[in-house]
Amino acid sequence: MSCHAPGPPTAVLEEPPLKSTQARSRFRTIALIGPPNSGKSTLFNRLTGLRQKVANYPGVTVEQRSGRMNGIRRHDLTLIDLPGIYSLSGYSEDARVAVDVLKGEMPGTPRPDAVLIVLDALNLSRQLMLAGPILALGLPTMVLLNMADLMESRGGVVDPLALAQELGRPVALISAARGTGIDAIERFLQQHGSAHPGSAKTLPVLPIELPVLQNPGECRRWASQVSSRTKYKAPASPLWTRRLDSVLLHRIWGPLIFLAVVVMIFQGVFTIGQPLSDGMGSGLTYLGAHVTHSIPVPWLQALVRDGLWNGVQAVLVFLPQILLLFLFIGILEDSGYLARAALIADRVMRSIGLNGKAFIPLLSAYACAVPAIMATRTIENKRDRLATILVAPFMTCSARLPIYTLIIAAFIPNHPVLGNLIGMRACVMLSLYVLGFLAALLTAKLLKSSVLKASSSPFVLELPQYRWPTVRSLGLRLYDRSALFLKKAGTIILAVSFVLWVLSILPVHNGNFSDLASSVIGKIGHFVEPVLRPLGFNWKVGIGLLTSIFAREVIVGTLGTLYGVDPTTHALSLQAALRHDMTMGGAIALVVFFAFAMQCTSTLAVVRRETNSLRWPVIQFCYMSGLAYVAALLTNQILSHLL
Amino acid sequence: MSREAAEVKTMALSEIAVGESAVVASLELSPEIGDHLMHLGFLPEATIEVLRRAPAGDPTVYRVEGAEIALRRETARHIHVRRPDRVPDQGRDQV
Repeated sequence: MSCHAPGPPTAVLEEPPLKSTQARSRFRTIALIGPPNSGKSTLFNRLTGLRQKVANYPGVTVEQRSGRMNGIRRHDLTLIDLPGIYSLSGYSEDARVAVDVLKGEMPGTPRPDAVLIVLDALNLSRQLMLAGPILALGLPTMVLLNMADLMESRGGVVDPLALAQELGRPVALISAARGTGIDAIERFLQQHGSAHPGSAKTLPVLPIELPVLQNPGECRRWASQVSSRTKYKAPASPLWTRRLDSVLLHRIWGPLIFLAVVVMIFQGVFTIGQPLSDGMGSGLTYLGAHVTHSIPVPWLQALVRDGLWNGVQAVLVFLPQILLLFLFIGILEDSGYLARAALIADRVMRSIGLNGKAFIPLLSAYACAVPAIMATRTIENKRDRLATILVAPFMTCSARLPIYTLIIAAFIPNHPVLGNLIGMRACVMLSLYVLGFLAALLTAKLLKSSVLKASSSPFVLELPQYRWPTVRSLGLRLYDRSALFLKKAGTIILAVSFVLWVLSILPVHNGNFSDLASSVIGKIGHFVEPVLRPLGFNWKVGIGLLTSIFAREVIVGTLGTLYGVDPTTHALSLQAALRHDMTMGGAIALVVFFAFAMQCTSTLAVVRRETNSLRWPVIQFCYMSGLAYVAALLTNQILSHLL
Repeated sequence: MSREAAEVKTMALSEIAVGESAVVASLELSPEIGDHLMHLGFLPEATIEVLRRAPAGDPTVYRVEGAEIALRRETARHIHVRRPDRVPDQGRDQV
């Protein structure tokens, strides 16, 4: 097949022949650009391999992805993945970032020496609209028609040589998913990057008139002229996408299948993920004990165990659930179902002022708010995205379960409710889930009717054709996300747990560590107790609240330690000790507090990163903690009057 | 274009029934949103097919330029369309 390795049609480019000794490349930075769903990310992964750098562009929430082009053995070249956009006009933050980078006006990002444009070959006439304005920038550019194999098999026709002549730039047919045609990119970079002194100036004079940058009508006319002159024939639209949609978007079946998918994800994360997390937890505990026992110096042993290992372990145990969640979401997204889910959920989400694309992130937040907040990237509307980020931590994440289970087991009798339908304990647990959901709902409504009001961008959703997700792309996604999670959350948790540990042993008397009550953190606990007493919390719970600021589940461990070292309760189990020390009102107030409070530095760190500002995590922390305080206060006061 | 749109009987895209097609006459949206939609193919003279409504009745999926795009009614209301002419060129001459 000629299309699999087409030589870049260089007919239009008066390129001097390469010298036999390979000249040094004058290219340093290459930009990759393309519309959403054009297979740009797949190609990026293909060209760079696994070592990518992810950061935010300064001042905006747009993610910058870059990497050395190791995939084609060009370690000297850096590839920048620009955001997926339909046009260069200033409609979105993404488009502005792309223009700034291409023009070399983005601080901290070098001006690209060459551009690779990826277009979906299935949809060329429309996608060419993006190419026009980019070609007009005058950088050395190669146009890549992705999914060429799919287009051919469906009866589409495109003439890359004719297109190259029209555009005045080399054109190649590729398949990013299969890796065919990639060699054409290598040749392009080699020929155009070779340091011939003259060639940088002698870019070919464009044989065509390029459309005005900002005028979509002209872009469109130009694009359809080009595609008709090059005899482009769009492939037949795949019937099975429509057939599948007539079931998956069916009036009755659509929502039912949607619900089934949601329940399956939810169940999967818990039923498969929980045993994995538990197994990983006990494995890490065993390993930790083993490692720390081998350390001969007691203070060093305590430092490694309490100051470093425990904190890191607390994060690592969530990794299986997070990976599972991302696997499920990845399958949904790559197959094309996620867009349908957003379409189905839009009506419900709109009633709370959000849009359908917020649904999946909020669902993910039931496992963990950190990946949920990272998943909000699919929401283009910045205000909707911010609102989703701000309410996501209210959803009952798995880190709340340890304290919920502890308090419920200790204080709630297992009486049957509503006949034998549901137990009292399950009932309380369910109420806590509902409580979190209601808080998210009301907060979203509040935000969207005040600070985040009047969003100017509408809900515009493109439904891609259904595709089989590839193992390669799912694997890359999991690798990518887990690396990010471990790096970002891990470093912060490590630092915080170390600081907390230091505070819990200081001051040192005659070479001995303080016990908890007389340590700095114990003093802080006693200091905050008056503030917490109206809530029904004692100083130990107070310390638990302080230590659990870095992760909710830490409170259980803290309470275990505190009651364990206390002479009056050390003989009791933790449940019994809590019953001995707390009232029913205080106990319920404690779980209500946890339903609302922002006890999670990983989430705060990720909000800081995703919103690219310190303001939003601070506001979020204050709002959620304030709400938690008031709700717990009311709960305790009302319950202690009733009981 | 605007004079034409005023003379031909236009209606909102949101009024077109599922399974029918319409031709875009004009977009009555802010420049930013209009621009975005035009880049997606909602351009004057483009033919749009109404594919299906979401199970809740809104948004609606439109087929334009070979792609499927969902819009809410609140957006589609501001896209003015006319019935497709049997022979497009003659249809325009009549006005």
